[in-house]
Amino acid sequence: MATSQIDPALLEAPPAAESGLQRGLRWIRENSLAIYSGLALIYMFLPVAIVVLFSFNSPAGRQNTQWNEFSLDAWRNICKDPTICQSVGVSVTIALVATLVGTILGTMIAFALVRHRFRGRSSTNLLIFLPMATPEVVLGSALLALFLNMYWGDWQMPLGPWTILIAHIMFVISFVVVTVKARLSGLDPRLEQAAMDLYADERATFRYVTLPLVAPGILGAALLAFSLSFDDFIITNFNSGSTVTFPMYIWGAAQRGIPPQVNVIASIMFFGALGIVIIGQILSARRKRTRT
Amino acid sequence: MATEAVKQVEDLHLVRLTKRYGDHAAVDDLSLTIPAGSFFALIGPSGCGKTTTLRMVAGLEVPTVGMIRVGDRDITALRPYKRPVNTVFQSYALFPHMDIFENVAFGLRRRGEKNVDAKVNEMLELVELTPMARRKPAQMSGGQQQRVAVARALINRPDVLLLDEPLGALDLKLRRQMQIELKRIQTEVGITFVHVTHDQEEAMTMADTIAVMNSGKIEQMGAPQEIYDTPHTAFSANFLGQSNMIPGEIVERGDVITVRAFGQVFTLAPEKLHTDSDRVIVGVRPEKLQLTREAAEVPSGRNMVAGVITDASFVGVSTQFLVAAPWGQELIAFEQNMSADDRPVVGDEVILSWEPSHTFGLDGGENLNAGIDGDLLEVGHYTATDAEAGLAPTPAVGG
Amino acid sequence: MQVPASASAVDTYLADTQMVDTPGPVSPGTGLPTKRSTPYWLLLPGMAWLAIFFVIPLVSLFSTSLQSPVSDNPDDGFYFNWDFANYSEALSRYGEQFLRSFVYAGIATFLALAIAYPLAYFIAFKGGRWKALLLVLIVAPFFASFLIRTYAWKTILADQGFVVEILNALSLLPQDRILNTPLAVITGITYNFLPFMILPLYAALDKIDPRLAEAGADLYATPFTTFRKVIWPLSLPGVVAGTLLTFIPAAGDYINAKLLGSTNDRMIGSVIDSQFIIVRDYPIASALSFLLMAAILALVFIYVRRAGTEDLL
Repeated sequence: MATSQIDPALLEAPPAAESGLQRGLRWIRENSLAIYSGLALIYMFLPVAIVVLFSFNSPAGRQNTQWNEFSLDAWRNICKDPTICQSVGVSVTIALVATLVGTILGTMIAFALVRHRFRGRSSTNLLIFLPMATPEVVLGSALLALFLNMYWGDWQMPLGPWTILIAHIMFVISFVVVTVKARLSGLDPRLEQAAMDLYADERATFRYVTLPLVAPGILGAALLAFSLSFDDFIITNFNSGSTVTFPMYIWGAAQRGIPPQVNVIASIMFFGALGIVIIGQILSARRKRTRT
Repeated sequence: MATEAVKQVEDLHLVRLTKRYGDHAAVDDLSLTIPAGSFFALIGPSGCGKTTTLRMVAGLEVPTVGMIRVGDRDITALRPYKRPVNTVFQSYALFPHMDIFENVAFGLRRRGEKNVDAKVNEMLELVELTPMARRKPAQMSGGQQQRVAVARALINRPDVLLLDEPLGALDLKLRRQMQIELKRIQTEVGITFVHVTHDQEEAMTMADTIAVMNSGKIEQMGAPQEIYDTPHTAFSANFLGQSNMIPGEIVERGDVITVRAFGQVFTLAPEKLHTDSDRVIVGVRPEKLQLTREAAEVPSGRNMVAGVITDASFVGVSTQFLVAAPWGQELIAFEQNMSADDRPVVGDEVILSWEPSHTFGLDGGENLNAGIDGDLLEVGHYTATDAEAGLAPTPAVGG
Repeated sequence: MQVPASASAVDTYLADTQMVDTPGPVSPGTGLPTKRSTPYWLLLPGMAWLAIFFVIPLVSLFSTSLQSPVSDNPDDGFYFNWDFANYSEALSRYGEQFLRSFVYAGIATFLALAIAYPLAYFIAFKGGRWKALLLVLIVAPFFASFLIRTYAWKTILADQGFVVEILNALSLLPQDRILNTPLAVITGITYNFLPFMILPLYAALDKIDPRLAEAGADLYATPFTTFRKVIWPLSLPGVVAGTLLTFIPAAGDYINAKLLGSTNDRMIGSVIDSQFIIVRDYPIASALSFLLMAAILALVFIYVRRAGTEDLL
């Protein structure tokens, strides 16, 4: 009958038991990477937690670096110092325009790179890559040098919101190109071929197939552009003249003491952006879910 | 589709079609006419140019030279969206961001047709996918996606429907089912189907006409049985099914052609000989060979080779034998397993015999290994020059 | 069923219509013919913007660095003078800050690599369904302003704070404090540029087929050897990209130095900033900026050559 059988003796003796400590140590060893990653993530969020926490602080002096007492005052009076809200307004406006222009220009470049052949491809790629690889100090100071050299008799190029906008569009383009390019290259060209096979001309194909499928990439690029522009300090600082953006306000206030309202605004931006990204993830996950 | 009349379709003409990439010609001066309303299969190994040809008909590749006509209309310069041609893609290419209904409706909407809803529902019923209308492609199985791809193309009532290896990703059972389905739909709808595949069995099952392609050119074209029974080249003989091929010389012509090869004499009908040269290759399909133990048992008039069995593989329905002929060449024979007793085994001496009418003759200069998949059993290493030198074929290289 | 009409008739037809070699360019994406001019229209606006506001400024920078003062009065402005002496002066005056910047950036990059690698490894190989979420979590801190997060370290590393007290109890701190020392600056830089290290590392590690590690184990390699001989070499492109994307901005950064360090920790970015905006010595400022870029390019070039990877994007 059966050619191999288990020795009954083996079935009777249970394996040697592990002590609680041994089991604990083994668990740590097996999950050490996960534990480390958890700690690393906590480390990364620690400053954010402090920022949010201290938005609820009522500082003893001007510096909001030590916990004093809990207060909703900062949340209730965000614009107590009007210059704060003004600077936020400036930052948001510039970010919106820079995002709009930068996303359009960058998307066009991405399409040219992925869907067309042309001479000077590698130089184009280089020129797009360089701004991302140049320190902000150099980018900002170079632009300033340009603006300083733009004069004609008595007229000098004014430094202000327009120069900031120009600078932001410049450094945002590269990031948009890279993001959209990634999404566009992943797009199966056979889908567009199928559309053409099904009587859609170039314009219809773009409208009904290409655009909807690249849209998430373009949106992601726009979000990235917005946050890069809003949060930029170094390049902005060089080219702002007397205009004050939100990061510049923070920098100016750093020595004197940063009011908790700044923490409030930063917290709002943080949770807002996080919310948008998470909702986006949930939507795309739901779209991809396979049902049998 | 009872509500609409069977469409009037026209022949598809490919005239001197060439597609060159640099120095390499993927399709080389190809001309053929595909009759209206037929199920046409274009087969060949990968890289032979069949997909490129299909794409040129669809408009997704621009020919280097040549012309494509539907009836009298020259469509060569037309963009794909202007052609009365639709494609079922190998990977289905369903639009992932649209549900099934919209996918199928796509072509109709682009052409501004009326009654889209009714037509789409009718088509979904035809492919039996009505309950899935609002699902997305990612939520469907491979077989279902395939049916959507067919529906999406068919609903536009094109003059020609192109199918680019549409059944490749399906498992065996599903593939068989879909083969029958597609054939049924084609007969019902009456439009021309051009089906590209590397699976010769699939082509023979479904097609009215087959064209065998090799390196950008057409080797042979005709009804499946025609090509199978009378291949014109070693490539066709090897690509469609399997063949035994024995090089020899014609010694007598007349009502019957007599060939001498390695001291043996074979006869074949003149209609089955596809060359003018005296140096020929005698071919016979493995399933036509009968194994007997004694020469006396063989009915008269049959071609015969004596040999020794070197391999016997039981394949359920049949047994595959490898028999070493006196001159060293290994011949393949398939025998249906009709009886359980007295099955020949390795080492047995047997006589292989077959009807002369099952013999076909090829030109002696043909490469015996043309059309054989690289890794598979080769029918012995042998070329025309070896025959010239009077050498015997070397036995097959491994299994 | 071959050529329908006579071959000669067809040939004549073909000769009359011009069906010669494939005309024009073809899209590498869809394989269909495109207009030759299309890509240039698409590229023009964006590339023009980059040309005018990236390339020309660099030229401007260089030209400004070669200017000399008109007189001793700074309000009189500058004129172009091929004054290469600006460079030697800039170096001699601020060589220390230059060196410090590169040292701090280097240390921070190394620390970032050490911290980021295991994390990236975890997400790539053990992330499973949570990969997307984890990546979001990595990037999320960036949604709060960079400046305010750096400022938050002042609280975390405060002299009476939790962290410093524990480290002091363990006698690990040579100066009994972290803030206003190089340690704080380096900590800040490491923290700020961590995502720039994690993401390229993750991208490279994610591409590695996990079955390679299994193959290593099957072939008698210990986990450490498998890492050393299989995983690490395959992740090198990510390591190179990550270190570059971290080091380059870190070398020019001065926010961490200003907020968390003392006046002894001044970095070159800060010097450039003050020279441009406060002192307004544009030639020296431009020379410094240009030197920074040149030095970084040189380092990158050498580094990439040694690492052997040219294709970063």
